[in-house]
Amino acid sequence: MPEREGTYGLLAEFDTPSQLVRAAENAYAAGYRRMDCYTPYPVEEAAEAIGFHKNEVSLVCLVGGMLGVAAMFSLETWISVWSYPLNIAGRPYFSWPAFVVPAYEWTILFAGLSAAFGMLALNGLPQVYHPLFNAPNFRNGATSDKFFLCLEANDPKFEPAETRSFLEGFAPVSVVEVEY
Amino acid sequence: MLDPVTGEQRVIAPGHTFKSVTEKISRIVLTPHTPLGWFAGFTLAGGVATMLLVAVVWLFLRGTGIWAVTIPVAWGFAIINFVWWIGIGHAGTLISAILLLFKQGWRNSINRFAEAMTIFAVVCAGMFPLIHVGRPWLGYWLFPYPSTMNVWPQFRSPLLWDVFAVSTYATISVVFWYIGMIPDLGTLRDRAKSKLAQFIYGWLALGWRGSVRHWVRYETASLLLAGLATPLVLSVHTVISFDFAVALVPGWHTTIFPPYFVAGAIYSGFAMVITLAIPIRKFYHLEDMITVRHIDNMGKVMLATGLIVAYGYATEVFMSYWYSASHWEYFMMWNRMFGPMGWSYWVLITCNIALPQLLWIRKFRANPALIFLMSLVINTGMWFERFVIVVTSLYRDYLPSSWGTYRATRWDYATFVGTLGLFTFLFFLFIRFLPMIPMSEIRMMLPQAKVRPEAEPQLEAGD
Repeated sequence: MPEREGTYGLLAEFDTPSQLVRAAENAYAAGYRRMDCYTPYPVEEAAEAIGFHKNEVSLVCLVGGMLGVAAMFSLETWISVWSYPLNIAGRPYFSWPAFVVPAYEWTILFAGLSAAFGMLALNGLPQVYHPLFNAPNFRNGATSDKFFLCLEANDPKFEPAETRSFLEGFAPVSVVEVEY
Repeated sequence: MLDPVTGEQRVIAPGHTFKSVTEKISRIVLTPHTPLGWFAGFTLAGGVATMLLVAVVWLFLRGTGIWAVTIPVAWGFAIINFVWWIGIGHAGTLISAILLLFKQGWRNSINRFAEAMTIFAVVCAGMFPLIHVGRPWLGYWLFPYPSTMNVWPQFRSPLLWDVFAVSTYATISVVFWYIGMIPDLGTLRDRAKSKLAQFIYGWLALGWRGSVRHWVRYETASLLLAGLATPLVLSVHTVISFDFAVALVPGWHTTIFPPYFVAGAIYSGFAMVITLAIPIRKFYHLEDMITVRHIDNMGKVMLATGLIVAYGYATEVFMSYWYSASHWEYFMMWNRMFGPMGWSYWVLITCNIALPQLLWIRKFRANPALIFLMSLVINTGMWFERFVIVVTSLYRDYLPSSWGTYRATRWDYATFVGTLGLFTFLFFLFIRFLPMIPMSEIRMMLPQAKVRPEAEPQLEAGD
């Protein structure tokens, strides 16, 4: 990523999740779109408030699971029928009921890994640098007991002075400017 | 106890705030003053784990002949311990996955260390089949890979299914555990004072910053992993029971095995959670987070699964004594109860069925000391269950001329006790360096975590 300078956004700090959700709802209604809330535990209402309704993790998981079952079942079939056919107690080479068990395990393995790593990838994690950590109050709060709303500077509606007074209207603990 | 604010069952002691929860749990990890008791326990566990190291080194030098496994009892302690350990692991998955799907909020306090327990139990379990194969350095032959020998595994064997079930279980458990820990690792990163701790937790947290977009995807992924881990945990012990049930040996060849193995696994696993939880909550003063209600609930789960196990034993007796009409089945059960090793069957019945009936009494379940003792009794009983299944089915089979006996050697005992040490050793490392109670999930359970728009003053229009 090219080095960037200037303001990343304005960060408002709140004490309760209810205040955060109210501010986020109003910001969305006022036309802000490039924004995010930061909370120490999942607050679904805040995600709804900023217009984030659905995510693709389930789809990634489904695709992973289908790949897993297909991979294992065809591997078993290929090995047992063509590559290394063995007569085991007179059972057919294509003993599909027996093949179900490893195929089932790999469905879960692939689906689970896809859900976990797909979630991280969609979240853009791991990420070694993020401008929000430059805010002096972010580290002490976002992962323990404070609730943040960040209106980002690349939003067309963002005007440093106006946006600041807009945020201050919700009685936040503080509003700070975050540098890149 | 109902919470006056939310009207829901309260599982955390009242009076906690987001900050106090964070403080209380992260302090255990980030403190510069490690309690002396931790060092004592860690050293002791490490010493016992060293015994495992010695036993395994000697095994590699001399071969499986140092154990008591021979014909007719070719599956001795190694398989008993394997099944016992993996069963213990299952409660961790049950607590983290199945109770999550059932929205049992009380699980939040205990799920992290139950998951850790799963992983460490699987570490101990997974070792046994590997060292039991005789040439463990060729263990990778179990996996299908293109080799110059042009040989492939045989997919009709439950022993190979086991490889896939256990390796999948280990992988998914580790991933589930780690994903669940990422937000808490973020908390530790932000609260750590030393540079090294900031660096290490910083990398482990992967840059987690608590964005609600991330949280929504994270919650979806957790739910999916829980939904996947639930059928997985049931399949793992089912597949392990197939190792026995698919064989034609009297005492093994029964269809009751899969359900009663799974129930037994959960039974012993909950017992192990209690064995670990009660000393830890005492030592680290976590009575507010792991309350009497948790212990009471775990007692109820143990009682329920214990009764399923009792039903399994009863079915086995019914089937072999009467329903099978098979001479060999009849003799196996008679020999199991009244043969030279009959004592082991009665130890099992006492520990797994008779004594746990005390769990019907609420006063008993709510008493940490008594339920701790009961958890030890149950885990002993569950170990004997596997002993009874493995040994008493094998040592007197069809031909009296090939009857034998089984007497474990000191190396068998050293290996088994050594894994207990390894398990405890890993657990000590875990409680010292990782958050043993999920902070983000505890915060979610506090009454002030609920969003209440109507309680807030409405902002003027026109902003």
